[in-house]
Amino acid sequence: MSVLVNKDSKIIVQGFTGGEGTFHAGQMIEYGSNVVGGVTPGKGGQTHLDRPVFNTVEDAVKETGADVTIIFVPPAFAADAIMEAANAGIKVIITITEGIPVADMIRAKDYISAFDCRLIGPNCPGVITADEAKVGIMPGFIFKKGNIGIVSKSGTLTYEAADQVVKAGLGITTAIGIGGDPIIGTTTKEAVELLMADPDTHGIIMIGEIGGNLEAKAAAWIKENGTKPVVGFIAGETAPKGRTMGHAGAIVGGEDDTAEAKKRIMRECGIHVVDSPAEIGTKMAEVMGVNA
Amino acid sequence: MNLHEYQGKSILESFGVAIQRGVVVDNAEEAVAKAKELSANTGTEWFVVKAQIHAGGRGKGIVTETQSNGVVLAKGIDHVEEKVKGILGGHLVTAQTNEQGKKVNKVLIAEDVYYPGESEPSEFYMSVLLDRESEQNIIMYSTEGGMDIETVAEETPHLIFKEAVDPRVGLQGFQARRIAFNLGLSGQAFKQMTKFVYALYSAYEGCDASMFEINPVLKTSDDKIIAVDSKVTLDDNALFRHKDYAAMRDVTEEDPTEVEAGEAGLNYVNLDGNVGCMVNGAGLAMATMDIIKLSGGNPANFLDVGGTADAERVEKAFRIILKDPNVKAILVNIFGGIVRCDRVAQGIVDAYKNMGEIPVPIIVRLQGTNAEEAKKLIDESGLNVHSAVLLQEAADLVSKVLK
Repeated sequence: MSVLVNKDSKIIVQGFTGGEGTFHAGQMIEYGSNVVGGVTPGKGGQTHLDRPVFNTVEDAVKETGADVTIIFVPPAFAADAIMEAANAGIKVIITITEGIPVADMIRAKDYISAFDCRLIGPNCPGVITADEAKVGIMPGFIFKKGNIGIVSKSGTLTYEAADQVVKAGLGITTAIGIGGDPIIGTTTKEAVELLMADPDTHGIIMIGEIGGNLEAKAAAWIKENGTKPVVGFIAGETAPKGRTMGHAGAIVGGEDDTAEAKKRIMRECGIHVVDSPAEIGTKMAEVMGVNA
Repeated sequence: MNLHEYQGKSILESFGVAIQRGVVVDNAEEAVAKAKELSANTGTEWFVVKAQIHAGGRGKGIVTETQSNGVVLAKGIDHVEEKVKGILGGHLVTAQTNEQGKKVNKVLIAEDVYYPGESEPSEFYMSVLLDRESEQNIIMYSTEGGMDIETVAEETPHLIFKEAVDPRVGLQGFQARRIAFNLGLSGQAFKQMTKFVYALYSAYEGCDASMFEINPVLKTSDDKIIAVDSKVTLDDNALFRHKDYAAMRDVTEEDPTEVEAGEAGLNYVNLDGNVGCMVNGAGLAMATMDIIKLSGGNPANFLDVGGTADAERVEKAFRIILKDPNVKAILVNIFGGIVRCDRVAQGIVDAYKNMGEIPVPIIVRLQGTNAEEAKKLIDESGLNVHSAVLLQEAADLVSKVLK
């Protein structure tokens, strides 16, 4: 078992022949991900990285049976690419692109709600199921196989957490980068739900940051439904109010979306919250009863 | 991107939103002639002179040099020049600025819209923004106009109303009517308010705004509905399709170091601590700031160098961090994945040598691909650089150098 992607996933790459798409598709293939082709409008019929290029996602699905896509399309066209994927029947749409206008995402998310699909991101590092499929831009070698699932708004902080988990003597099932934008496809709560339901995942790491209320909602859900230990960290305790900290969604708007408030709520809901980002791995090992 | 009041109003007007009209001047000499033109177009005899800065609380704010308020009334054309001189070129200190205040480079001379008439003028509050929870835009409004909305939310929350807009169908007629009714309007003023709300929302969508705040929206004594002030923030990510709005950016309103960093492709936010930091990735950068605090320091900045950390970029980042005289140490925290740590380490060594002596201790934490080789490279460089692999080691080194 695993979550969202595994060795049987048939993956296509939207923005396949561009610089980012080419580099990361190559890395994904090297990792062993089952990349079956890609889409670049106008380049249909060509071959790229030994795989077929299609003009449309519809063609790619028809020819390859693809069920997962990863989107590297530039921000101006990314919302369109998301809607195209949903329309063509793709089940898991992973969007790496950073900088999509909010108005475009409001429309795209509303549009895809009519389809049986799940959007991950945008502005995220993607999803990796250790030793099976890397559908993202993360360095794969850090994610040694094990029983810990990770949900995170941040890229490098996910790598940091995975590395600490491995050094603490544990490993990873699936790591889900949900993205740092104000509007994202899969929320913290939804990603936690997926990992709670996965029999191979025995513990969960939830990494959030300032802005919005996704962590509070996930915490409330965990309090009622959680069956596995959850370790949490919120980045941005020291961030000033009203300033955007890199991620478009990382901005303190009021009293409830500060790191302090989120951590308080998470603790009240039984999550093992660490104040130091250096203690994520050791805390997970401690609650799992593993000696590093 | 934040706009000045006069810029926001020009966008609103282009979408058919009724505004308090005015003229912008950047020198006192042309103020009277421009004010006369405004009189000719609007019939106004009194004028409101408003400082154009990116900060709220201008009306109660004080210009350091003259003790004038940031928004003043000129009761007649003869007073315009004097009032403009009291504001223009001075430093306006408000509740939202620091104690140095903000230099006023432009003033807006606006028509007086509080003239007497058939009915009493009344002020409302209206804003448009994204509600992250419902993932819809909402129009937030209140009968309590002209006041700080946070105070209203605290003291009389029942006087704040919200109207959510379904992205599929847009703002509907019944919603605009509900807003006008809830604001207690009837007759001509009611009709004008529904038109105002429609135009305002279409402006919000049309210019890809991320926030509109109109405070106050005024019902005049002859039942017109107009925007007397405008606070407009545009979605930076959508500026690629609004070149004309992008050109409205006023960099003099921004922190000069942040502007310089932005031009170099670095995401930098200036803070007031004593430990600078340079990190790849926004989440890890925030986490690094937090660990600086836990180590007994305070972060002097947020800085995301992005995916590449070559010598040129690292040098630029060092130079930007070191512009802040409060910086007593710098923590570099790079999690190398696709980027190899030894390459980053070489970049740091090259940048360091290129800059000559760096006056503060540097702690470099490189983790990920080739982390051990990177540590060796730094340890053998002979430079005043402390190296670490684990995040906790880096934190301990910060504590150590601050002692």
